Amino acid sequence: MIGLSHYLVVGAILFAVSMAGVFLNRKNMIILLMCIELMLLAVNINFIAFSHFLGDSAGQVFVFFILTVAAAESAIGLALLVALFRNRATINVADLDTLKG
Amino acid sequence: MSFQALLFYALSALLLTGAGLVVSVRNPVHAALSLVLCFFASAGLWLLLEAEFLAITLVLVYVGAVMVLFLFVVMMLDINVTRMREGFIRFLPLGTVVAVLSAAFMILVVSGPYFGLEAMPAPPAKAADYSNTAELGRQLYTTYVYPFEIAAVVLLVAIVAAITLTLRRRPNTRFQEPSLQVQVRRADRVRLVSMSAEERK
Repeated sequence: MIGLSHYLVVGAILFAVSMAGVFLNRKNMIILLMCIELMLLAVNINFIAFSHFLGDSAGQVFVFFILTVAAAESAIGLALLVALFRNRATINVADLDTLKG
Repeated sequence: MSFQALLFYALSALLLTGAGLVVSVRNPVHAALSLVLCFFASAGLWLLLEAEFLAITLVLVYVGAVMVLFLFVVMMLDINVTRMREGFIRFLPLGTVVAVLSAAFMILVVSGPYFGLEAMPAPPAKAADYSNTAELGRQLYTTYVYPFEIAAVVLLVAIVAAITLTLRRRPNTRFQEPSLQVQVRRADRVRLVSMSAEERK
């Protein structure tokens, strides 16, 4: 029988994998955005699992809002990426050092 | 092992495999497609948890809109993958250690006695005529109506910001301006000249 802890373990492993992704792909901004999406997905799995096992639909409402904000975040992030690529012709994080002085 | 448990393990394996591919493949297009696989697998997990509306929303909004946007941007930008990959091997040990440690700590906490089946028994399955969508809608339009409105404003701001950031005015492109077109008068376009007739040679 599948309990709450099974879902929480899946969420924890997913979060850890995406955290490793931020470490490994620190040059590529697109993969960084994808890792953030994966982290939010892990958090959402936890919310829905708790909502199911506690019998409280507030967790699902919260996931709804997280999905909304994450969609807005990725839309703006990709728009920034496109604007950046037009101006600098790169999305390598190491090349974006204008503010370094 | 029951059918549900089998489904859970299959979907979880698919989800974690997809996540591993997202962080490790060279090609960003392949990473985006693996992310699509992750979203499908977790939508299946959410169906197992009786969150049907959110599972469908995840597929529609994420796979249908956000991932298409990702793929569009990945294919539009001309990315030098080999330069992007430098540092991958160098940070591989550190990243693995941090990930394994944090995963181990979190698993140690969540697989303890507090979240097991004894402490939190699985709730009985909902009746066949129970509508998750209706329940969520009731919550959204009564208790959470103000957050719902704010979410709408957030989306509006995102639309405006994304369009403003990517809109480009090109000064030497020719395009029609209807307001100028309807303002035109006869005197601007036609000039009548009076001249005497000439004999053809």
